[in-house]
Amino acid sequence: MNFFIISLIKVALVAFVLLTTLAYLQWIERKVIAHVQLRVGPYRVGPHGLLQPLADVVKLITKEGLIPSHVNKLFYLMAPFVAVTLALISISVIPFGPQITIGPVTTWMQLTDLRIGILFVLAVSSIGVYGVALGGWASNNKYSLLGGLRSSAQMISYELPLALAVVAPLLLANTLSFRDMVNYQSGYWLGFIPRWNLFPEILGFIVFMIAGFAETNRVPFDLPEAENELVAGFHTEYSSMNFAAFFMAEYSNMVTVTCVATLLFLGGWQPPFPAPYSDVVPILVFAFGGLIALYHGLNPARRMDKFTLPATALVFLGIAAIFGLSLFVPFLKPILMALFWFCGKVLVLLFVFIWVRATLPRFRYDQLMRFAWVFLFPLAMFNLLATSLIVALSTK
Amino acid sequence: MNVILFLVFAAFSVFCGINLVVQTHPIASALSLIGVMGSLAVLYLLLGGEFIAAAQVIVYAGAIMVLFVFVIMLLNAGAESATFQVSRFVKYFGALLLVAFLGLISFIIQGALPRSGDVIFGAFQGGTALEVGRKLFTTYLLPFEVTSVLILIAIVGAIVLARKEV
Repeated sequence: MNFFIISLIKVALVAFVLLTTLAYLQWIERKVIAHVQLRVGPYRVGPHGLLQPLADVVKLITKEGLIPSHVNKLFYLMAPFVAVTLALISISVIPFGPQITIGPVTTWMQLTDLRIGILFVLAVSSIGVYGVALGGWASNNKYSLLGGLRSSAQMISYELPLALAVVAPLLLANTLSFRDMVNYQSGYWLGFIPRWNLFPEILGFIVFMIAGFAETNRVPFDLPEAENELVAGFHTEYSSMNFAAFFMAEYSNMVTVTCVATLLFLGGWQPPFPAPYSDVVPILVFAFGGLIALYHGLNPARRMDKFTLPATALVFLGIAAIFGLSLFVPFLKPILMALFWFCGKVLVLLFVFIWVRATLPRFRYDQLMRFAWVFLFPLAMFNLLATSLIVALSTK
Repeated sequence: MNVILFLVFAAFSVFCGINLVVQTHPIASALSLIGVMGSLAVLYLLLGGEFIAAAQVIVYAGAIMVLFVFVIMLLNAGAESATFQVSRFVKYFGALLLVAFLGLISFIIQGALPRSGDVIFGAFQGGTALEVGRKLFTTYLLPFEVTSVLILIAIVGAIVLARKEV
């Protein structure tokens, strides 16, 4: 029963944090792209547009959910549901940190550890294509159908290099469980180079990230929703919450891909420096951020900055103080450190996703397919063969 | 708990299997087939065959059925119309008779077969990726390699058939 209650609490916590992250990820994306393009982005709702995600949610919920008369109703309504369910479910096997003890309770910062965790994520993502394909087909619209077909072809093609890139670190660590994977990457070479899979598997990491872009239908591989050819691709006919479900699925897939990349290649929650030095990094980062915000708050560029930036600085300095305090509280330290490094790595990768969207143009369809089969697939295969050769020679 | 899950997913897979035949629209049939594969994967998982369950979902539900659905969408196959009329009496009485017939057949087969041991959920330990891999590369190496050669032949054949004449 105890296990049941702890699991319920963990599920509620993870679901809440994940859904909030999805809403604010969209705000971050709009802000970053706006700044890349020399605009300010969302600015009106709340300070610096911080309440924009809430406004968007209210807008999407209160909008009329229009069902066109020519669609296949059952599949039309099923598609966004399938897409968002399968996108959200992967988070259940992602570990965020090590085993922790709070008072009498000892638990892992993970919902469940499957022995086949990585296969589970691959399986769920391979079924995820149905949401898009079905939505495109059931809309009974040629643009939607083209978008759906494109996305199924693209996702099947890029799943191969993705899976091959995943296999190489699995060979090194000799496990399929995320937890063991991260444990394998703990420690340092020569005392300061982290034993992450990134260094022996740099090729695999690059292939994984490129294929991850394609799997999540992001720029430069967003052919399924290429707006200048296909209106909006597979979700042309969707509105209101049905549209929001597709939207959430895309962002959730992004979070999953970045989490998996962090766990497989970047050492999960393992810090990049040995322990006594890595403990001060979060304090320095947040204190530095707080001081910058304070400086700009004292020299305001805009009228409201006088109030908003000192408030931000206060929050940042408070977080820095909590991290400083945690060094002296034994049960708090592993939680906060693991969360800081894990979330930090995931956020950096998410930033790369957004950065790429702001800078790169879209592929043409034939280029997309040729890139997958002629370049990415052989590269992943070569990486896998080289890794298995090294593993075979070193385990003699 | 395990028994409840087994009953739910076994019932679901049978329902999907019947639905697959009954549905007139090809896409609905294909989706039912995916339902069958998915619930079979859960049954494998209940029996302790975790690797087989994952492979079932990845290969059958995730790859092969996507191609099925893909082809159906490309051909834009519509709902098929019934080619012959069946009276209502035949429909309902036939279904009843079919259930009775299948029950009788399974009863006879069960009586004829030697009695096997009881199935205990989670007792089977040989279903991990490690065990399956070991078996595949030692005991069943020859069938495994022969299968891979067979698939290679199929691929080459498909390319030859699909190639444009030069």
